Amino acid sequence: MAWWRRKKEPLERGKGDQKVSVPRGLWSKCDGCGEITYTDEFVQNLRVCPVCGHHHPMPTHERIAAMIDPETWELLDTELRSGDPLQFEDKKTYKSRIAKAERNAGSGDAFASGIGNIDGVPVSAGFFVFEFMGGSMGSVVGEKVTRVIERGVELKRPVVLFSASGGARMQEGILSLMQMAKTSAARGRLRDAGLPYISVCLHPTTGGVAASFAMLGDIILTEPRALVGFAGPRVIQQTIGQELPEGFQRAEFLLEHGMVDRVVSRLELREHIGALLRLLQNTPRRAEEARP
Amino acid sequence: MTNKVLDFERPILELEGKIRELKLLSAGSEEMASEISKLERKAQQLQKERFAKLSRWEQFQLAKHPDRPYTLDYIGELIDDFVELRGDRAYADDPAIVSGIGRFAGRSIVVMGHQKGRNTKENVYRNFGMARPEGYRKCQRLMRLADQFRLPLLCLIDTTGAYPGIGAEERGQSEAIATSLELMTRLRVPTISVVIGEGGSGGALAIGVTDRILMLEHAVYSVISPRGCASILWKNPEAERTAAEQLRMTAEDLSNLGICDERIPEAVGGAHRGLTVTANAMRTALSRHFDELASMSEEDRLNARYKKYRSIGHLEVAAQTGTPPTDE
Ligand SMILES: [Zn+2]
Repeated sequence: MAWWRRKKEPLERGKGDQKVSVPRGLWSKCDGCGEITYTDEFVQNLRVCPVCGHHHPMPTHERIAAMIDPETWELLDTELRSGDPLQFEDKKTYKSRIAKAERNAGSGDAFASGIGNIDGVPVSAGFFVFEFMGGSMGSVVGEKVTRVIERGVELKRPVVLFSASGGARMQEGILSLMQMAKTSAARGRLRDAGLPYISVCLHPTTGGVAASFAMLGDIILTEPRALVGFAGPRVIQQTIGQELPEGFQRAEFLLEHGMVDRVVSRLELREHIGALLRLLQNTPRRAEEARP
Repeated sequence: MTNKVLDFERPILELEGKIRELKLLSAGSEEMASEISKLERKAQQLQKERFAKLSRWEQFQLAKHPDRPYTLDYIGELIDDFVELRGDRAYADDPAIVSGIGRFAGRSIVVMGHQKGRNTKENVYRNFGMARPEGYRKCQRLMRLADQFRLPLLCLIDTTGAYPGIGAEERGQSEAIATSLELMTRLRVPTISVVIGEGGSGGALAIGVTDRILMLEHAVYSVISPRGCASILWKNPEAERTAAEQLRMTAEDLSNLGICDERIPEAVGGAHRGLTVTANAMRTALSRHFDELASMSEEDRLNARYKKYRSIGHLEVAAQTGTPPTDE
């Protein structure tokens, strides 16, 4: 089983070997099968249930640690903050929502961008911070995604984007919608430069993010059971007035309908991306790399 | 005509009705005639004043007025020798979008636009102007055709949004829209979009990544419908009027936000009260913008288009960087 093979991996990052110090009281219950495991082991296993393989949501810093090779990540564009172009106010002001999200998510907006290596391949990469207002894309996210892509062109590096987003950020109105055009334009330039772009659609990727760069990868990967689609299930249900079929818009559904290339276990994702980038760029296999 | 009357249209329509009655009664009396023309001027003035201060919610109502001219109405006014071209060559033809070739001001052009229906039967056929993936893929085909034959592209935007349905998801609604967005940034020909009614989110933008974005005076363009926004942020769809105000979706708002390049004046009282007047104003604006774009080199146009979208966004720079996620 794949997850056993990878089980020691997180130890290399100096996190897992403190297992003994975790109080015995810390348990995690699987959302898939109800199995109870030690939280520490659960986190080491990238929040994938060792029994049923259910993939649980993962904080962005853990995601970055799991996908980027140790000691290679350089976080960039951290100074960008959202303005409030519409002076938007619903039950709360947009400004107060941003301030709260920044405190809770520990991120300036819903995207973390930088450069680093994935399985030995230098890339320009970006990660949605779903914890920040549902990973919604406003001006800052659009700008950061665009910079990740442009940096790929500039540094001649492949681009890898990990999306997890409810879509455009309503509080920035039309400016959010236009980020779809902006990021897609940048994606075109990467295509012209002949550099690979792997889009990883994580749970969930919908709306304006799905309907722009996330669906424009040369290769599109997703994790088991991840929900990826244009309209949210609730909206569709309200529109058509009937129950949605089991597994609708899930990763396996997308695979069946030809919308993604592969559904990849989180425990194999990093190596998988590395192998694909080496194949796309016609560079040699890593010495220790197993054949896919 | 559905003869639907919006609340803010009623006083003017009533006054106009009275004027018509007076005309019948006056039977050519000179005294009455001068009185009537005074009243007519007053009605015009009243209308102008009222329409100059429409709330955003009222603008939104006007933008989706059931009598408002649709894509085929403008094609009828503006495009000679129009030939509709159909189908995405992969799955189906989507009647929610009309596309084809024709002549604008004497030169060949590719035209496409969302098409709503006038009655229930038409709306079933047109799916209320809400396109499925095959609609956007038909547009891609026509966009490539425009590029291949170096024909300018005109896109008329008028949709509540891309259709949220099971089949649409199965056939890749996201992919279809995304591919259209990228394709439009790469077309070598002059491209203009005009929001003629409702610019609803990604389904509108999918034919809207153009060198120029024009809007009819009473059109709206938004990231989400006021009702959708109200359901999510206010947890109450009935808060849609408030949401409409917050979303800043009118042509004037979009001009102020730097998205709309030009507002095209409509007939007094809205495009549905004067199609020809509105179409003429559109023709004038389109000719001017197409001439400007045609005078640029392909490379300059592509660079200008990239810059246009690249620069959209409202950013601030934090005095000190926060504590973003790291792998430490
Ligand atoms: Zn489980």
